Amino acid sequence: MTISLDNSKEGETKSLQPKGWLRYFSFSLDHKVIGLQYLVCGFIFYLIGGLLASAIRIELTSPLSDFLPRDVYNQVLTLHGTIMIFLWIVPVVNGAFGNYLIPFYVGARDMAFPRLNAVAFWLIPPSGLLLISSYFITGAAQSGWTAYPPLSITTPAAGQMIWILSVLLLGGSSIFGGINFIATILKLRRPGLKLMQLPMYCWAMLGTSILIVLSTPVLAGTLVLLSFDIVAHTGFFNPSLGGNVVVYQHLFWFYSHPAVYIMVLPAFGLVSEILPVHCRKPLFGYTTMVYSIMAIVVLGFVVWAHHMFTSGTPPWMRLFFTIATSFIAVPTGIKFFNWVATLWGGRISLNSAVLFSCGFIVNFVLGGITGVALAQVPFDVHVHDTYFVVAHFHYIVYGGSVFVIFSSIYHWYPKVTGRMLNEDLGRFHFALTFIGFNLCFAPQHWLGLNGMPRRVAEYDPQFTFVNQLSSVGALIMAISILPFLWNIIQSTFRGPVSGNNPWNALTPEWLTSSPPPIENWIGPPPLVKEPYGYGRNNKDSNEITTDT
Amino acid sequence: MSPAIITTILGLLLVIFGIWVGDNANLLPIDASTNATIYDQLFSVLLSIGTILFFGMLGLVLYSLIRFRRKPGQEGDGSAIEDNLPLEIFWTIVPTVVILFVGLYSYDIYDRMGGMQQLDLSGHNHQGQETMVEEERIWGGIGSGSVEDKSKSSLESIPIDVTAMQFAFLFHYPEGDFISGELHVPVGKPISMRMESKDVIHAFWVPEFRIKQDIIPGQPTILSFTAQKEGKYPIICAELCGPYHGGMRSNVIVEDTSSYTDWLLKNAKNTIT
Repeated sequence: MTISLDNSKEGETKSLQPKGWLRYFSFSLDHKVIGLQYLVCGFIFYLIGGLLASAIRIELTSPLSDFLPRDVYNQVLTLHGTIMIFLWIVPVVNGAFGNYLIPFYVGARDMAFPRLNAVAFWLIPPSGLLLISSYFITGAAQSGWTAYPPLSITTPAAGQMIWILSVLLLGGSSIFGGINFIATILKLRRPGLKLMQLPMYCWAMLGTSILIVLSTPVLAGTLVLLSFDIVAHTGFFNPSLGGNVVVYQHLFWFYSHPAVYIMVLPAFGLVSEILPVHCRKPLFGYTTMVYSIMAIVVLGFVVWAHHMFTSGTPPWMRLFFTIATSFIAVPTGIKFFNWVATLWGGRISLNSAVLFSCGFIVNFVLGGITGVALAQVPFDVHVHDTYFVVAHFHYIVYGGSVFVIFSSIYHWYPKVTGRMLNEDLGRFHFALTFIGFNLCFAPQHWLGLNGMPRRVAEYDPQFTFVNQLSSVGALIMAISILPFLWNIIQSTFRGPVSGNNPWNALTPEWLTSSPPPIENWIGPPPLVKEPYGYGRNNKDSNEITTDT
Repeated sequence: MSPAIITTILGLLLVIFGIWVGDNANLLPIDASTNATIYDQLFSVLLSIGTILFFGMLGLVLYSLIRFRRKPGQEGDGSAIEDNLPLEIFWTIVPTVVILFVGLYSYDIYDRMGGMQQLDLSGHNHQGQETMVEEERIWGGIGSGSVEDKSKSSLESIPIDVTAMQFAFLFHYPEGDFISGELHVPVGKPISMRMESKDVIHAFWVPEFRIKQDIIPGQPTILSFTAQKEGKYPIICAELCGPYHGGMRSNVIVEDTSSYTDWLLKNAKNTIT
């Protein structure tokens, strides 16, 4: 039997996955299928995490611990944090959009390591189920997503061990993904495509992947040591055996501060893709954007101890981490000014994607300002571990990353399905989310300043009204998911057909059919040298060539 | 009026608004310690800067969305502006300067709070030489066991041993050798607490004092403060410590020296000279 190499490859791809919707439940090697697997799986975990958040907000409508048993409340807040970080935001902003978009952006037909890619995804559902199952088997971990010893050593061991195992598996998945993105971006670029011509999301993913690959192993090692302390009664972090609990905090935050950038840098990249398309303008300051991302990556490694200003840290260390942390505001600020400059003078379509992106800018600016304040040691010692911090990081990860996830879904939905979403429902979804989010979290700044610590089921009755206000906001956020879900479901079947490029975008993923064919392009991949070349008179000659 | 003048006026109004908010917003509880007064100065400055930045950015985004929205029937792209070097240098330098200012200012605040003092040295201060610093030394980090020397040599600072456990604070007064569940301190006197945990990490937080320090098992920590307003304030555990974490609270009672002495004498196990 003689068949050409190309045919055999095609045959292999086809045989590896079932046709139709079943391929989304298979060990598919197609980066687009894997991207959607990440997205839908992450969204299901988001709904579960949201239910847990609702339980927390219901508990906090009254100053007494009267809704959940106390130990269950601590399990709920631990699961909420862990699920939202490790099963929703990190897999979606990296795995979902990264897998779907990066091969298009570099002009490749798939990721560098398709099998590793599928393994990385298929680690997530079992780890998530494992984590949640711990609640029903023995009771989940009770020590928060930070799992500080000695609390994590003294609370029931089974739940904590399952938590560690699950986070280790998710960390592994994250590392596999990071290696794959680095290899794809650096080694799988279409010939003729230079690094400084890549769409900004590639740079964001390159920076993020470097953070993942260098910092996640530290978390893994730390959690392995913690598990030894729990099951083998070693004394790494157990003070009664001579261990040091502050060392755990250093190791934990060495990963978990970069984790914040792992959640927001890809979001920065996605916004940089969305805004130019709908403003019909080039992305402002491409070069400074690239350097800003890399500056954030470097600085992101030397700021971790700002989470520990009230732990045992010597004065010089507090001072060093104050300065390092503050300076992250400079590259971050540059990015925000660049986005505003991208809006400036554009022809902005006020659609759902733009509204969510602009909501992100506003929310994140507030979260960034409170972040710089929190970096100041004297300011932090009062509000550390209070609702001020809760408000701050929800402005970063929800007001930031989750708003961008929604913006991206509105932007790329026609790409993935070939159909348009309903814009009126989308704007309604935005209005509900924006109002609900700000009503939920803005008052929490005041709560923290005035004396409400975080992770409590009961509080001083003087805070009742403001907590109820916050809970009303949470209720609006919960309701806001309904128009979104309805929009997605009904548009999948009845949405108007979008055509291949409904936004007239120039980035390479739009220069093929929507939805795209199995290896992205029928012919050779296009060479896009100016992915943001809007507003040029010579747009037709904008190097969308197909010659190699 | 030209756009430049309008922009300048709007910018000035924004700055005035920010400063007004920083000076007048009443977002913090009463300042019951010397530390709190210094803290509130820093808060006011940070709030002014934050207000200016936030409303400035919000205004720019809203203005852009309204002014540059695509009108019905409008075709074509926006202008192909890709960069503007002077503008980019401007908005790199301005945040850098603001950050440097905030950093230096908060360093100054930190120093005035006594944060830069080496703990093990503070016990060996010569009287008079560093009086002011000693009075304002507000918090420490990990202690080095020199508390007892310090309490003798330094000016009348009242030593208190704090023990935290699931889910209570215990305050041991070496002067009367007794243990109290509530913290009593005289107004205007420096207090020096040596804190230790029996089980997991706790944190000692008095919002009205603006101080917080983790209480760590196996590593004593030191916290110093001087109360300046009489009253009863909550002591709150701020580090997740188990199921009853939210209930781990006590009170600090700041009273005048004679009431404090009465209380001390009433509870003392041994006679106080």
